[in-house]
Amino acid sequence: MDKIVVDKLDLFYGDQQALNKICLTMKEKSVTALIGPSGCGKSTFLRTLNRMQDLTPSVKISGKITIDGQDIYAPGTDVVLLRKKVGMVFQNPNPFPKSVFENIAYGPRIHGESDKKRLNEIVETSLKDAALWNEVKDRLHESALGLSGGQQQRLCIARLLAVGPEILLMDEPTSALDPISTMKIEELIAELKDKYSIMIVTHNMHQASRVSDRTAFFLSGDLIEEDVTSILFTRPAKKKTEDYISGRFG
Amino acid sequence: MPTRQKFDHELEELRTNILNLGNMVNEQITDAVRSLINQDLELANAIVVKDIALNDLQAIIEEKCILLIATQQPFARDLRKLVAGFKISIYLERMGDLSVDLAKVTIRIGEEEFIKPIVDIPRMSALVQEMIDIGLKAYVDEDCGAASEMSLIDDQIDKIYSGVFGELRSIMMEDPNKVTQANYLLFASRFLERLGDYCTNIAEEIVYICNGKRMDLNE
Repeated sequence: MDKIVVDKLDLFYGDQQALNKICLTMKEKSVTALIGPSGCGKSTFLRTLNRMQDLTPSVKISGKITIDGQDIYAPGTDVVLLRKKVGMVFQNPNPFPKSVFENIAYGPRIHGESDKKRLNEIVETSLKDAALWNEVKDRLHESALGLSGGQQQRLCIARLLAVGPEILLMDEPTSALDPISTMKIEELIAELKDKYSIMIVTHNMHQASRVSDRTAFFLSGDLIEEDVTSILFTRPAKKKTEDYISGRFG
Repeated sequence: MPTRQKFDHELEELRTNILNLGNMVNEQITDAVRSLINQDLELANAIVVKDIALNDLQAIIEEKCILLIATQQPFARDLRKLVAGFKISIYLERMGDLSVDLAKVTIRIGEEEFIKPIVDIPRMSALVQEMIDIGLKAYVDEDCGAASEMSLIDDQIDKIYSGVFGELRSIMMEDPNKVTQANYLLFASRFLERLGDYCTNIAEEIVYICNGKRMDLNE
């Protein structure tokens, strides 16, 4: 079943066009990787899916994005609810300067959950789903800033899961992490795929080939090619894709 | 400025090594068949010894492919070139072994008079060598189209083998004293038929390099 359908999406920063007639579909409970050189538009594209671009001045968007059949740019769309449904993880882990527990409980509280027992359950479940529970269960009330970089990133994922999203957007989630932390996040993505639809931006093409079901290659604001990951990395249809993944640009 | 120059240079070096291996195999087959026709035992023994150099070169190619996959982490056509190069080297090494088997037929028959004129074995050998020449050129040019040409030649080899098999079977049935040598000649024909099959395997790898698709040319 199609979770996200993007149709002829154009995006301008002022007069500068950053995305050009992008058409892309993502199936439910799958992982799609977005690859491409810096400035190609992949992060910009990712940020259109939960309307993070609304926060950037001078952005103009046209075309259509539907999630579960609903046009997310239709007038009257509740953007807070949209971002609850479509959560995002960034390049650098950004835990709040609060305890581990408070980091996770923050979102549910904002959305109205005040029952302490229920909050305890949410914190435990979210940390377990983010494969972090065993490492932090004895230090839930210590500062999250004391965790390692990899643990902080999984904490940020747990923080997302706590508000019950359906789609996870990950913008280079492991680029600041060491190889072991990176592998843990990649294993986590494989597990989360059973419950969530995931879109990940990565500069690491081997990561894209390991974690994703489908891969989309962006270049200068164009979607050059999108296909099953195993096909795109072994026999891409377009020469531009071949040149990029073979490291033969320029 | 072109990127990955070092990697491209390494791929070129790998290709040269595979070509050298292919030429060595071609030479071994030529010599093996010549040793049989001329009943040249010295040449046959030299083929057995020369196989060591061939095995060594295959080991170098194999090591290089593993190293490049590990260090350069290739994708797409680069990856296909390495995987196919690895497999082609294995097929060529096996073809070298079959040349040795052919030379051993020469040694086993020794100076005994042939039970029949040796006509079909040189014909099969010439076709195998034609396949190797086309295959090596197609490998260099990454020419997908040569595969079907090679497949047609393999069909000719199979037909000759079928005829040789029938002829030698009749000889064995007619005269039990000729059974031993007839068997040796049958083995030699079979080795050449297998050489043709390995050439089609190489053609399949060339197709894989070109378009990433797998096809069975031995069917």
